[in-house]
Amino acid sequence: MKVMAQMSMVMNLDKCIGCHTCSVTCKQAWTNRSGVEYVWFNNVETRPGVGYPRTYEDQGKWRGGWTLNKRGRLKLRDGGRLHKLSRIFSNPKLPGIQDYYEPWTYDYDMLLNSPAGEHTPVATPKSLLTGKDMKISWSANWDDNLGGSLETMDQDPLLAKMSEEVKAEYEKAFMFYLPRICEHCLNPSCVASCPSGAMYKRAEDGIVLVDQDACRGWRMCVSGCPYKKVYFNHRTGKAEKCTLCYPRIEVGLPTVCAETCVGRLRYLGLVLYDADAVAAAASVADEHQLLDAQRSVLLDPNDPAVIEAARAEGIEEDWIAAAQASPIWRLIRDYEVALPLHPEYRTMPMVWYIPPLSPVVDVVTNTGNDGEDANNLFAAIDKLRIPVGYLAELFTAGDPAPVELSLRKLAAMRSYMRGVSLHDEHDESIANAVGMSGAQIQEMYRLLAIAKYEERYVIPAAHAEQAHDLEEMGCSLDFEDGPGMGGAGPFGSSSGASVPVAVENFHSLKNRQTADRPSSPGRVNLLNWDGNGKPDGLFPPEEKK
Amino acid sequence: MSTGSLLLWVVLPYACAVVFIVGHIWRYRFDKFGWTTRSSQTYESRLLRWGSPMFHLGILMVIAGHVVGLLIPREWLYAIGIDEHMYHLGATWLGTAAAILTLAGLAILIYRRRTVGPVFVATTPMDKVMYVFLGAALFFGTLATLVYQVFGSGYSYRESISPWIRQMIIFQPHPEMMEQVPIFFQLHVITASLLFALWPFTRLVHVFSAPIPYLFRPYIVYRSRDESRGAGARPVRRGWDPITTPPDNRGRRRR
Repeated sequence: MKVMAQMSMVMNLDKCIGCHTCSVTCKQAWTNRSGVEYVWFNNVETRPGVGYPRTYEDQGKWRGGWTLNKRGRLKLRDGGRLHKLSRIFSNPKLPGIQDYYEPWTYDYDMLLNSPAGEHTPVATPKSLLTGKDMKISWSANWDDNLGGSLETMDQDPLLAKMSEEVKAEYEKAFMFYLPRICEHCLNPSCVASCPSGAMYKRAEDGIVLVDQDACRGWRMCVSGCPYKKVYFNHRTGKAEKCTLCYPRIEVGLPTVCAETCVGRLRYLGLVLYDADAVAAAASVADEHQLLDAQRSVLLDPNDPAVIEAARAEGIEEDWIAAAQASPIWRLIRDYEVALPLHPEYRTMPMVWYIPPLSPVVDVVTNTGNDGEDANNLFAAIDKLRIPVGYLAELFTAGDPAPVELSLRKLAAMRSYMRGVSLHDEHDESIANAVGMSGAQIQEMYRLLAIAKYEERYVIPAAHAEQAHDLEEMGCSLDFEDGPGMGGAGPFGSSSGASVPVAVENFHSLKNRQTADRPSSPGRVNLLNWDGNGKPDGLFPPEEKK
Repeated sequence: MSTGSLLLWVVLPYACAVVFIVGHIWRYRFDKFGWTTRSSQTYESRLLRWGSPMFHLGILMVIAGHVVGLLIPREWLYAIGIDEHMYHLGATWLGTAAAILTLAGLAILIYRRRTVGPVFVATTPMDKVMYVFLGAALFFGTLATLVYQVFGSGYSYRESISPWIRQMIIFQPHPEMMEQVPIFFQLHVITASLLFALWPFTRLVHVFSAPIPYLFRPYIVYRSRDESRGAGARPVRRGWDPITTPPDNRGRRRR
């Protein structure tokens, strides 16, 4: 047993309202640069829908992820090492930029400078690739809220797997949102596909990153990832991907997408897993067994043997404590309501989802019945094949049982808690019907519905003895025209965004960074204070009791 | 031995070799981030799918041919049974085939670069300069082969150019060996030398990143954050001594 820690995420899809706040804040933080205009490390898809890039889930076409060879061993679906090298001069499975969308801007100048005329001036769209006029015909969420889906929906690779009768009814039946980031897989096929060895999984927290200095732009990671969450920066010629906001995670802050989520549906925490068991679990022959196999790779952080093994691997006590308090572990293993996205890709993804119950509730309510009554809901989950079948294609390789169980637990929670709120009655039979106790239901309710900040995000900071190094650590995206737009001056910079270059800044930074003690002891120059921390003298000393 | 001959066949090649070697070391140390193929496949893949493999496989054949023809003394080849006639046939016909493959591939790639909007916009001035020298070296090399070997009586460069190169490599230059070489071979050598001087400053550096180690490494790469002050952190640039400050003076929140 080799215990490793993995920072992972769970998203509660029931609470996603499809507002795209996560996408926008992520974009502002990471990909608001030329070369990655078309890149959304976080995107929100309306399902059913074709996704971003279009039809990325059709692995018959894109050939991402792993599959089993004749001897039942894992191999990259798009071929092994020699096969990859043989096609290095032109990668036939690389999505073109048109499969994402052609990025554009608008000719805003026209609005201001066009001469007076009869008609209101129009800002025409201009391609960011060629600078020429273009017709906008697709984007990252073109089919948002099923918009235009009558034309595109038949391209949804998941619907294609379902029966005709189901396909005909889907639009009446349900719709939900699926926010996606990099899965930070335990068995990442992008890493395995990288010819340069530039992609790696961090040994400490399992975050999958691209070394920008080592990437040579062979593009195999883009086609290797079945979720298409590695992107090619067409300006720098390097691969980029979701970093799980590691500079924030390292200091104990949640990712930008999680922090800004208005529905508070994201959970972040550690899980411990057995790295030696990953390959065997990913090679299970029956796709329906992959979910259980992945669950079994995760280790119980309260098991003394696991704790002992974790210590032996050098995992610190506060990290073990964080794994014990992890909301991820509770949602995946204690309650078993969270499910992985497309386990059949065999990458062991570590961003899991709680399937949405809302479509079911809506259907029951629309028929005039009580949509919060446990029996009605249980019956509806059994009867409504459409959402369950579709969700099963997403989360369990087509096996409806785990999805049904998860939905039944959510339904039980709704009914049980309604009883508590309205009549102060604790109907244990509802809880028992899904194999839980009333107390467990209330705990789950607290985690899912109350969703306190400190319970959603249990993120141990990187270690104190390393903290000084981390403070001024370089960032893999901090290059020319990167998010930070270039380096700091010779005296470094304050924290936060880069400051404009001016002689005042230069001198104040020089004073601050080169002095070995405060320039005026006991006083603080507020102009130099960057808003972080509490410099001595800023506030009067606390009274000692 | 004239001054011109000394300049062309000793000074220029050595200068180009020095720029080639030092340039690569310098670029690798200070511009790892710029070291990439800078692929344009996301813009356009239909033409690239033909042009790129044609050009690359062709040029690999060309390089292999040059190694055999220039670096391996012909006595060694005689020893393993490859006589002058066999060598000549192989070099001429394989060489011509490789040249056609390379030039056709290059033609497709340049056509693509010029006519596909996003690819043309993404072309840097350095790319254009590089194309000129690469094209010139390929053009004169092909021309020399066609004029002297295919349609001419055959020129035995293994008695002049090859020993000249080997003498250069062991630092005992003999520029007079190149003086009587036909003009297209001379032009080929000069343009190739200049291409080598240009090499480290172009995207051609990706040749040295040919991912051979991929064949031998495990699939999943783990790396510790601590290896170099944190994963992704670049080493401090030469001349920038890291300025450390007392922690108390930083005004940062202590966690």
